[in-house]
Amino acid sequence: MSGKPRLTYLNGRGRMESIRWLLAAAGVEFEEVYLETKEQYEKLIKDGFLLYQQVPLVEIDGMKMVQTRAIMSYIAGKYNLYGKDLKERALIDMYVEGISDLMQMILMFPFSPPDAKEKNLESIKERATNRYFPVFEKVLKQHGQDFLVGNKFSWADVQLMEAILAVEEKVPDVLSGFPQLQVFKTKMSNMPTIKKFLQPGSPRKPPPDAHYVETVLKVFKK
Amino acid sequence: MSTKPKLYYFDGRGKMESIRWLLAAAGVEFEEEFLETRDQYEKLLQGGSLLFQQVPMVEIDGMRMVQTRAILNYIAAKYNLYGKDLKERALIDMYVGGTDDLMGFIIMFPFLSAEDKEKQRALIIQKATSRYFPVYEKVLKDHGQDFLVGNNFSWADVHLLEAILMVEEKKSDVLSGFPQLQAFKARISSIPAIKKFLEPGSQRKPVPDDKYVETVRRVLRMYYDVKAN
Repeated sequence: MSGKPRLTYLNGRGRMESIRWLLAAAGVEFEEVYLETKEQYEKLIKDGFLLYQQVPLVEIDGMKMVQTRAIMSYIAGKYNLYGKDLKERALIDMYVEGISDLMQMILMFPFSPPDAKEKNLESIKERATNRYFPVFEKVLKQHGQDFLVGNKFSWADVQLMEAILAVEEKVPDVLSGFPQLQVFKTKMSNMPTIKKFLQPGSPRKPPPDAHYVETVLKVFKK
Repeated sequence: MSTKPKLYYFDGRGKMESIRWLLAAAGVEFEEEFLETRDQYEKLLQGGSLLFQQVPMVEIDGMRMVQTRAILNYIAAKYNLYGKDLKERALIDMYVGGTDDLMGFIIMFPFLSAEDKEKQRALIIQKATSRYFPVYEKVLKDHGQDFLVGNNFSWADVHLLEAILMVEEKKSDVLSGFPQLQAFKARISSIPAIKKFLEPGSQRKPVPDDKYVETVRRVLRMYYDVKAN
C-alpha cells in the first residue's frame, strides 16, 4: 500500500470535493477509488470499511476515516492549515462551518425536483450574497490581510475559494458587489498548489450532471 | 461582563443542548439568555452579534461564537475533552459525527406533522439500532475500557450519552440489545458533573413541546412545513 491517502467516493464532487480541495491545497497527492455499482458499495460495508455505512471514506495514516468534517479537521491539523492556537482554530471553524452551510445548498441542488430548481437556485444566490459573502468581504476589508485568519493560509481560505467558484458556476456575476472577494479569488488562484488543482487533468471534479445523479441513486438507493 | 460563558438561544434544546451538555460535563458554569420575541432576535441581528444571522451564539473568552460545531470544538479543546493528539481527536470527531447525525433525526422531530412524526420515530429507532449504536457497542467491547477514546473521558462520551438518552425518550427499551451501552450509560451518568446535570433544577432542557415549536417559529418567522428525512 502506498503512503498516499486513498479516497473512496463516486466519480464526482459531492461531499468528497472539499476533501480533494484541502489535500490539493496542502500539496498532498492522493489516490481515488470510484464507486460505480451498488455491489461495490455493499462489499465495502461487508468488509467493514465504512463505520456508519457511508462514504466519504479516506484511508490515511493507517485509519479508515469517515465523516467529512472529521477527515478535514485531521488533514487541516496535520498539514498546519488549522491556525496557530485555539482562538485561531475557533475562527477557522466558524468560517468553515458557515461556508459549509452554503455548500450544503449547492450539494443538494442537483437532487431537487425539477419544479423546485428555480427556487433553490434563487435561495443559493440570496444566501451567498446576503448572508455569507458579506461576512468574508468584511473580514478581509477589516484586517486588510491576504488570508482570512492569522495572516496565514488556512483551511478557511481553501473552503471559501471552493465556495466562491461553486456559486459562480450557478451565478456568474455573484462577486460583482464584493471587491475584496474578487481580489481574494485572484490571490488564491495564483497560489501554486491551488493553481495546479485548477488546471485540466487535476483530481478536481466537474459540476454534477445527470449521469452523476443517476449513479448516486443507483449506488445508494435501497 | 462576567467571565462565565453566556448562551443565546431559545428556552429549549435544539442545537444548543449539546453545548449545554459539554459545558456541564466540563464543570463550567454558564449563563443563558432566552429568545422569546422577534424583537430580541432582531436586536441581536442589528447589534452585529450573529455572524451568520443565526443562533446558537455563545459569548466565551471575548468571542461571540456561532456555529454549533465550532463552539463545541472550542469547548472540548479548552477543557481537555478532545483527546491527547491528532489521532485521538480524529476518532472523537468520527464518533461525534455519528451521534450528531443520529441526533439530527431527532432535532427536527417536534416540527413535523403528526403523521410524519410516526414515520420519523420509526426511522430514529431503526437508525439508532442498526447504524449507530452497534458501532459504539463494538468500540467499547473491543477495547474493554470505560471511555470511547484513549481510556480517558472525552467529548465523544458526553455526546453519546446525550444521544442515548434522547433516543430512549422515543423508545425506552432501545438499549435492550446493547449491554455495553447499558453499562456505559450507567457509568457516564454517575460522573459527578453529569450526575448533577441530570438532576432536576439543572440547565438541561426538557423534551421540546408545542410551546417551544411556537416560540422558534415566531422568533425566526419559520412558518414553512418541515419535511421528514
